[in-house]
Amino acid sequence: MNNEELKNTIATINSNLEFTEEASEFLNVLVSKEDLHSLCAQLKADENLAFDYLFCMTGIDYGKELGVIYHLESVKHRHQMVVKVKTNDRENPVFDSVTDIWKTAEFNEMEIFDFFGVKFTNHPNLKRLFLTPEWNGFPLRKDYVDEENMVIK
Amino acid sequence: MKDQLIKDRFKTEEYFVNMGPQHPATHGVLRLILTIDGEIIKNIEPDLGYIHRSIEKMCERDSYQQIVHLTDRMDYLSSHINNEAVCLTVEKALEIEVPERVKVIRTIIAELTRIASHTLWWGVMGMDVGALTTYFLAFRDREMINDIFEETCGARLTMNYNIPGGLMFDIHPNFVKRVKEFIVLFRKNLPEYDSLLTNNVIFQKRTKGVGFLSYEDAISYGVSGPVARGSGYSSDVRKIHPYSAYDKVNFEEILFTEGDTLSRYKVRIAEMWESMKIIEQLIDHIPEGDIKVATNAVIKLPKGEFYQKVETARGELGVYINSTGTKNPYRVKFRSPGLSNLNALKQMAVGAKIGDLVATMASLDIVVPDIDR
Repeated sequence: MNNEELKNTIATINSNLEFTEEASEFLNVLVSKEDLHSLCAQLKADENLAFDYLFCMTGIDYGKELGVIYHLESVKHRHQMVVKVKTNDRENPVFDSVTDIWKTAEFNEMEIFDFFGVKFTNHPNLKRLFLTPEWNGFPLRKDYVDEENMVIK
Repeated sequence: MKDQLIKDRFKTEEYFVNMGPQHPATHGVLRLILTIDGEIIKNIEPDLGYIHRSIEKMCERDSYQQIVHLTDRMDYLSSHINNEAVCLTVEKALEIEVPERVKVIRTIIAELTRIASHTLWWGVMGMDVGALTTYFLAFRDREMINDIFEETCGARLTMNYNIPGGLMFDIHPNFVKRVKEFIVLFRKNLPEYDSLLTNNVIFQKRTKGVGFLSYEDAISYGVSGPVARGSGYSSDVRKIHPYSAYDKVNFEEILFTEGDTLSRYKVRIAEMWESMKIIEQLIDHIPEGDIKVATNAVIKLPKGEFYQKVETARGELGVYINSTGTKNPYRVKFRSPGLSNLNALKQMAVGAKIGDLVATMASLDIVVPDIDR
């Protein structure tokens, strides 16, 4: 399916989705954090969509908001799309884990927790992946300051 | 009754064993925390970050030309392909079409890199299962490729040959001749790999049926590269989303369906033959022309999100760049093939013996800096 067909099909699954018109080759869908898990499950289960391959998962700090970006691909149909979720809560950002849908999310969610401090409910083993457990702060956030280790130009 | 008696007398309990960070089979500084019962592995927990250098954070500070050089230090055995990935992303964002000459040279060197990486893997794979000779044979062949790289771009490993818009400089006058010499020699040497290791009974027993990964799990774990293709999962980016000159060459995507260590091994051996096929199709037809498209000294990407995936020797490397229109990226993410492949290790090795873990790990072809970034 091309992006336009994908958009029409996905709009029938959930009517509360926001299709963002950003400069990107993929179809971008912004979903509320309550609907995230059910949308992801449907994207994988629907035979015409069959997004069974989560090929990239990343966190992002938009300044005010924190977000997670899921890049999805279907092995059968070879179409791709992007699901995004955002939250305003910088103190305690929580999303649903998608490890039960795509197992590859396990390490990726640990990485996002490590770098952005985003927590994932129902994750089997959520802890820092790369940094030491006693590390202060979340380095990939834009407001992170570390005078010792960071060179700022 | 007797079984119960034995069970009572030889009561076992679970305990922890550290494998690494200094362990010859973990190929770098990877630590695995193993929970074992006797010799049976009950759980594996990788402890990562020993070589984490925050490359993604550094990218937010650097210009797009500088980012290219950082990527050498991720998967250092596929450094050219890593460079290419970033350059392709930047070129995609700037809507630059690089000259045909650049595409062909990039493809030839990428395939040479793949052969170099796979020969090194073959050497250490043999060593991991106890065959020391493989290492020396592999390095004999790999050395020739490194010499070609050194002559062309001055570096043997961290090549820095790509720049956004093309290549840093033209190929060396000897390049074509030496690549052809290498192919002739390697076609003669590669069958030795099979007669020495592949057909060895001990090696077969160490690898056959060991570390099974099913087709469904391969997709769910997002594994890529030879690990995926050993489970019959067609995942070759060169075929599915062709880039550079891969749409112009004829080659097979290697698939084995057994899903065990031996089939992952066979994928890589067969891939070396395919890489040679690709190089042979291109080496006599390098088009004349420019080696770069002029870009601004300060590259500013338009506002938006850009993604490019390439096939490194280890699998699918993705580069995600989020730009706000300035000279630095807002966010860069490298989707590393090693992280997803390592994630699947638990699936492959839990329930098996500790000795098999080493063989399974070797078949994943892990490069730790690529995982830690």
